[in-house]
Amino acid sequence: MTRQSKTWLVLGAVFVALLVARGMIGQGLGRVYVKRTDVTVKLPEAAVNNAAGAPSALASGSTNASTTTAATQAMETPAAASTASSSATTISWQEWKQVTPLEFNAAQKANPAQTEITLSWPRTIGLWLAAFFTLAIFSFLYADNPFYKIAESLVVGVSAAYWGVIGFWDTLVPKMFGALTPGLVKSLVQPSLVAPEKLQQISMIFALILGVMMLWRLLPRGGWISAWPLAFIVGVTAGLKIVSHVESDLMAQAAATMKPLFVSVTDASGATNMWDSWWASVANVLLVAGVICCLAYFFFSVEHKGVVGGAARVGIWYLMITFGASFGFTVMGRIALLAARVEFLFDDWLWLIDPNHFRGL
Amino acid sequence: MSSGNFNNTNASVRPWFERLDRIDRRWIFLLMFLAVAGPILWIGVTGKTLPEAPTLAARAVFEEIDHLPARTLVLISFDYDPASAGELQPMATSLVRQCAAKNLRMVFIALWPLGNQVAQQTIQDVIRDDYPALKEGDDFVNMGYQAGNEAVMKLLLTDFAKAFPKDSRGEATSNIPMLKDVKMVSDFPLLISISAGYPGSKEWVQYVISAYNEKMNFVTGCTGVSAPQLYPYFPQQIAGLLGAIKGAAEYESMVNASLAVDGVATPPKYLQAQRRMGPQLVAHLLMVGLIIVGNMIFFARKRRGAA
Amino acid sequence: MKRIIPMWIAIIGGFAMMLSSFVPLAESAGEMFADVFNVVAAIAFVLGAGSLAKQHLEKLSRRDAGWGYSIITLGSFLITLFIGLGKIGIHPNEQFPQAPYSGSNEMEGSAFGWIYEYMITPLTSTMFALLAFFVASAAFRAFRAKNTEAILLLVTAFIVLLGRTFAGVVLTGWFPDWASGLRLENLSIYVMQVFNTAGNRAIMIGIALGVAATGLRILFGIDRSWLGGGDA
Repeated sequence: MTRQSKTWLVLGAVFVALLVARGMIGQGLGRVYVKRTDVTVKLPEAAVNNAAGAPSALASGSTNASTTTAATQAMETPAAASTASSSATTISWQEWKQVTPLEFNAAQKANPAQTEITLSWPRTIGLWLAAFFTLAIFSFLYADNPFYKIAESLVVGVSAAYWGVIGFWDTLVPKMFGALTPGLVKSLVQPSLVAPEKLQQISMIFALILGVMMLWRLLPRGGWISAWPLAFIVGVTAGLKIVSHVESDLMAQAAATMKPLFVSVTDASGATNMWDSWWASVANVLLVAGVICCLAYFFFSVEHKGVVGGAARVGIWYLMITFGASFGFTVMGRIALLAARVEFLFDDWLWLIDPNHFRGL
Repeated sequence: MSSGNFNNTNASVRPWFERLDRIDRRWIFLLMFLAVAGPILWIGVTGKTLPEAPTLAARAVFEEIDHLPARTLVLISFDYDPASAGELQPMATSLVRQCAAKNLRMVFIALWPLGNQVAQQTIQDVIRDDYPALKEGDDFVNMGYQAGNEAVMKLLLTDFAKAFPKDSRGEATSNIPMLKDVKMVSDFPLLISISAGYPGSKEWVQYVISAYNEKMNFVTGCTGVSAPQLYPYFPQQIAGLLGAIKGAAEYESMVNASLAVDGVATPPKYLQAQRRMGPQLVAHLLMVGLIIVGNMIFFARKRRGAA
Repeated sequence: MKRIIPMWIAIIGGFAMMLSSFVPLAESAGEMFADVFNVVAAIAFVLGAGSLAKQHLEKLSRRDAGWGYSIITLGSFLITLFIGLGKIGIHPNEQFPQAPYSGSNEMEGSAFGWIYEYMITPLTSTMFALLAFFVASAAFRAFRAKNTEAILLLVTAFIVLLGRTFAGVVLTGWFPDWASGLRLENLSIYVMQVFNTAGNRAIMIGIALGVAATGLRILFGIDRSWLGGGDA
């Protein structure tokens, strides 16, 4: 056994021991409770008539609805799955909202036999899994290891699929399929869909063609076909960026730099405040000089000698201050993210602290 | 990793700076963890937070929202995902809380694929839990996510409904009561972006605000990484700016003070940013300490080299 | 043919977008192109997902080093895709109960929501949080006051790090009013609004000029390097 394996073993054993000890003290740790709500919704009359009439998309939809309801329940409490029901005129399902342990305790105290607020196993397992993933990624700080690699592989797989799913349901379905197959989208997904205009349909056919050409890239042959949609993306992006950058980052920034070099600051009585005026004027002078000097540093068509060289040197100093400020802000940001993860471990998982008063500690 | 792998086995004769310089970086990692974990535990147990003095940029955000008349339409763009929520969620919570308390009509959109989910969660935590009287479709609406980044902004310039054809419930934009007078983005007097990068605050300035600077005001909350790059836009193009968790804490304290009720403590979920300033303080001190020690090593070695 | 048509597509698309900002007549063309762009961007997500699957399948079939992790990637990818595209466990929206797929994937308690809450959130946010450790280590090892430029960078970092926390108030809060500008919290604001603004503004102006020049080269067909093949 290598030294590293031994260290892992010791660390793991200590950690499990601490976890077991924590679980036996006080309220325990890492549980998620949910409150059940029964929802019954009446189907619109037209839909009921349609469903009774023929095996339309709606009829299959109703079946589908009850199936998906059962799946929701299976996610929460498998035993309750059979209670899902769907009749010809109504459809019903159960919804679970996360509640605090405090609410669970209160409900139990009022009625120990209550079943409205219960422990959610899927969410509790999820919470422990989330804690495992957090620790797996932190374990990279000690050394690269299989736990980290598993977490890393999961991030890639889940994220790619997640983005694909969101792109499909949020953009492709309402925009492209909504324009090309409005009947289907209306009956299955979005009954409120507005009938598409002709121009909209034409542009979506255009988008579909470009999309298919883009996906051609995945095939072993004919990769050049994907250059057409790429050209569209490059062209449109260039057209968008030219105008916006010149307008907001060139013209507007140049205008914002044209500041008065002497500023008179008056106080409430209308008298000039000498100190404030001096500081405001200095700020403007430093700002204008700074922009000019930094631009001089970026101006490579002239050799950096003499006045230009001096200005460029001052420009470098300004840029160094800029980078120092960026460093400070970056550190601040990363620490905030770390604090959020540690809060998750201590609060949501280990129940060591209770800043949100969820458990009444 | 170089734990204990000194080239010279006689480590004890090395000068202090050499030994310190070769310290295993995992000790630094441990110090950082303790610097963050310690204050979290302390604040978690005592519930105490540090006082905040709002700066000009954060005050401007508060005032931009505060001076709007009730029922004004506000467009709130969630341009971040859970990876940056540690920094941005406290801002989002307070921004939505101030808008809800002012009875502004809020339209949520997302330009990041996971932004819709974060928006949904914020709506639940703030609006549904604490302002249940606000009605979806009349007082607030979540239009969800749309792909396309700056092309979505371009579309918003001329046709809001085309850019966001439905809300997250599946209701067509044209059927949503609060949007019946909205044709384009300039129909929103105020735009708020909570942004973690691209596309986000910078792109909103470039594609929307530069086109409608006189009709619309723009305030933003952003991550520490992007805040320095947004300062050149302040205050001409960005009226108010919340930079990183410090900006969030300043703004949060202002919103809490404005909504404080005598004898009623601020709900702890509205103190997230101020709580996070505790670990921030200790970790920043550690960073400063590490840089100082690093330089002491540098100068000690230089002096020895010169000698 | 393989290069001329894409070039003209780029030129037409680019000019339509540019003109739509100035010419009211071109506005609807710009709108249409932006709409198409958004849909193509969504299809690009599908392409990204497909490329990932293809790459890992190839890795798997070649039994490359670490192919076991490719199984995890592919497995998690396919499960998420199945749950998300099939809206597994999603009941219809209360407003539209007649449409079986009207429910949102983001609803609380759904399987897709579970993946978001307990997989994506901890995994991505912890990945980002890791950098806090590495930035600390890097500051200790590399942040050395070697010359004037490095000293400026270092001093600014100190001002920002201390001035943006309560440390600034403790260390310099006692300064009298006439010297309040030297308090760390005020100095950090001054640094951001004067020096940082000047530096970043110059960078922005430079980038804007670069973007405009590159964009125009593409739209005039001078720069064709993006088509590949190297004959720019």
